[in-house]
Amino acid sequence: MIAWLYGIAFVILAPLLGGLVAGIDRRVTARMQGRVGPPILQSFYDVGKLFEKERAYVRASQNFYILGYLIFIAFSGALFFAGGDLLLVIFALTLSHIFLVIGAYSVTSPYALIGAERELIQLMAVEPMIILVSVGFYLASGSFYVSEIAAYGGPLILLLPGVFIGFFYALTMKLRKSPFDIATCHHAHQEIVKGVTTEFSGSTLGMVEIAHWYEAVLLIGITWLFFAWNPLVAVVAVALVYLAEIFIDNTTARAKWGFALGSIWLVTLVSTVANLAVFYIGGMA
Amino acid sequence: MSLELLLFLILFPLLTAVLCLVLPDHPIRRWVIRVSGVLIGAGAVYLLVTSYDSGMRLIDVPHEPVGMIMQVIVLAIALLVLYLGVRYRKPLAVGLILVQTALVQYFEFQYAPGLAMEANLFVDEFSIIMALIIGVIGSLICIYAISYMRCYHEHHPEIEDRRRSFFFIMFVFLSAMFGIVFSNNLLWFFFFWEVTTLASFLLIGYTRTEEATNNAFLALHMNLLGGIGFALALLYIGVTGAPLGLDRLVEGGAAVALVPAVLIAFAGLTKSAQLPFSSWLLGAMVAPTPVSALLHSSTMVKAGVYAIIKFAPVLSGTVPGLMVALVGGTTFFLASAMAITQSNAKRMLAYSTIANLGLVVACGGIGTYEAVWAAILLIVFHAVAKSLLFLSVGTVEHQIHSRDIEDMDGLIVKMPRVAAMILIGITGMFLAPFGMLISKWASLRAFIDAPGGLVFVLLIAFGSGVTLFFWAKWLGRLITRPLDEENIEGRVKTEEISVLFALSALVIGVCLLFPRIAHSLVEPYVLSIYGMVTQLGQDNEIIMILMLAMILVLPLTMLYFGNGRDRRKLDVYMSGRATTPDMHFKGSAGIDRQLSLHNYYLEGYFGEGKLMRIGVAVSVLLVLTMLELIVVPGVLA
Repeated sequence: MIAWLYGIAFVILAPLLGGLVAGIDRRVTARMQGRVGPPILQSFYDVGKLFEKERAYVRASQNFYILGYLIFIAFSGALFFAGGDLLLVIFALTLSHIFLVIGAYSVTSPYALIGAERELIQLMAVEPMIILVSVGFYLASGSFYVSEIAAYGGPLILLLPGVFIGFFYALTMKLRKSPFDIATCHHAHQEIVKGVTTEFSGSTLGMVEIAHWYEAVLLIGITWLFFAWNPLVAVVAVALVYLAEIFIDNTTARAKWGFALGSIWLVTLVSTVANLAVFYIGGMA
Repeated sequence: MSLELLLFLILFPLLTAVLCLVLPDHPIRRWVIRVSGVLIGAGAVYLLVTSYDSGMRLIDVPHEPVGMIMQVIVLAIALLVLYLGVRYRKPLAVGLILVQTALVQYFEFQYAPGLAMEANLFVDEFSIIMALIIGVIGSLICIYAISYMRCYHEHHPEIEDRRRSFFFIMFVFLSAMFGIVFSNNLLWFFFFWEVTTLASFLLIGYTRTEEATNNAFLALHMNLLGGIGFALALLYIGVTGAPLGLDRLVEGGAAVALVPAVLIAFAGLTKSAQLPFSSWLLGAMVAPTPVSALLHSSTMVKAGVYAIIKFAPVLSGTVPGLMVALVGGTTFFLASAMAITQSNAKRMLAYSTIANLGLVVACGGIGTYEAVWAAILLIVFHAVAKSLLFLSVGTVEHQIHSRDIEDMDGLIVKMPRVAAMILIGITGMFLAPFGMLISKWASLRAFIDAPGGLVFVLLIAFGSGVTLFFWAKWLGRLITRPLDEENIEGRVKTEEISVLFALSALVIGVCLLFPRIAHSLVEPYVLSIYGMVTQLGQDNEIIMILMLAMILVLPLTMLYFGNGRDRRKLDVYMSGRATTPDMHFKGSAGIDRQLSLHNYYLEGYFGEGKLMRIGVAVSVLLVLTMLELIVVPGVLA
């Protein structure tokens, strides 16, 4: 049932793919803003440089928490690509984010604290949608196992259009993109200094960046599942989804956390209820 | 053999109770409590060792003279409540106890003699699990209470020291709980049920302040109302000639047992503090902390959900059963949401208890084999983690003189061991791969496959999001360290710390052993009732254990990071303001300020008052519908 080899492959390859995606993201973003933008490999240079910086800390325990963040995010991705239980993947992902939040708490900094609270709001906002995505996959394909969902012969997107819309809406927050990048973001216009990562520097910050790459690949994997029946369609769809997220990132202003939470919950509720109710009314469940 | 053991478990706490009542405050009494606690726990473990693979066994005990004694005690309880109701001018309590007593006496004289009982006691895997929870956790709480109560009276000289009756009631409580989980005769079940109502009433009112008295009566009112439901169930059994034995009644299925099942489920809703009856458990926190720990983890509320789970096969697939499940699901979501706005640790824990019991009740109302499997595991994990959390908060409160979460920053420095144990308790409540999350996962899967399960899936999905918010911000609070503070843990009594250690070991042990618990106890029970059983899947269990191992090993990296060798220590970023080592800085207009950090409570979105009004309205509607369905003839047919 679980192909551990794929899991190990994920742990090794995902940072490469994730870093590349981040590089393309920055380049596309620059083009949208009328700039030339950095080289595609710039993200690797940046993170490499972070690991060469002086080792410094505010609280000694912060590195421990960030290491936990990195390990568990890699673990949840590995579990996903090994074909494991999707719910377990989600729970492991939540666990990893709790490590990040606790890391931000541990440094006892006013800016990191606001970031940590907002990161928690993000988790609370997105958790229902992520769980409902896996419920949707289960209702449509009959299994929680990623391997079996991926092997489902038909286009799941046609069975789960509402769930996909909700997921797309929440994905903006998961990818830390505007208007929902309330905890921390990749741009320089964050009004709370650097949010969760304010007090992290050097290799610690490098680990956070690598964790983001892992997460991006995992999220791309979940998006892929909607289109998994046809790899060609899937590649195009995933590329379009990501492009759309970059476009949204560049054309919207950051929302207040209240709006972010409320609107994601509302979209989650409306889109999934309309979609999933069909399975219960139709007796397909 | 089993008979003697069951009688030991029911009667021995009673003996201890009497000893506590007669012995003065002397080391002898403390030793009696310690030794009895160990013996009770050992008895429960012995029951597990000797009976875990023998399935359901009925045990015949003659009804007389036990029945006679019980009837005398029931009347004595009624008189006591009547007296207290008159003395404290609580007409509602008086009215409720009169109605209830009249119903029960009518049943006793009119119908009870005609009802044949085959076996009055029984033991099965579920009651073994409950016995372990009561015996091990309940006893640990009583042992903890020895030093806690001494400390408590030192801190509160204005409160009269009534520790004799305190320990008396604590042990009576344990005895009654054993009685509930071993009773096959519903009349016996009801007797023990009423004893727990009275015991909780007396414990909540322990301090005899005006607030405590009012809250005690609030608990009494609601539980007496539930007791009337139970009494009506007995009366229905008498009128229709349905079996009085729990085993036979449940076997009869919905056709025979639906009406009593719904009435007893109603009683279960009141006892497990579901909406609209949640306020009594919130009020109960005026009592000393061991009482809260006992009510929340191993007794009282667990009696409520035990009754509902016992009747789950009857409720399953019926409309009233769906109503029970909806009450539970609504309670789960709303109580979790209200917990966000609480900064009082005990109150937050109370909301979390109500929420988790809501999940158990929802499983019971759905009543499929998957749901019951999940419900029993929820009960187990909740009991260990919640008792640990309550007792830890009690210990913290005695040292820092506050139970406010906002005052617990730096606890990891001030009281590192206790803080670490609270961390274990909190992670046990909501994080993978710890127990509560496993059970939530299992209940989610159970809900998906149930008819109309979408509503429950939504409630659990949104509820989990909310749950992680309020637990994580408490977790963060404990490890925030604004200043370097001194370690004050030495002041905590060794005995308190030992009990906390034992409970922490239990939380971790139960998580490590959960596949074993599931396979040897929960699954045989579910299989014997439904003929079907569910599992999480072996590879998932392996992954969970793997994650747990990773979490347990990860702190070792602190040996490398912890000493800060070859690293430079930086100060917190304060926007370039000059900041003193104790975090003072010049704010705007040159005013001297000190850094203070606070959590979000999101009052505007999750305000307690607003949500409570919604919850009470919805749940009253559901409960009334549920009752109406069995009252109006022909509706169900």
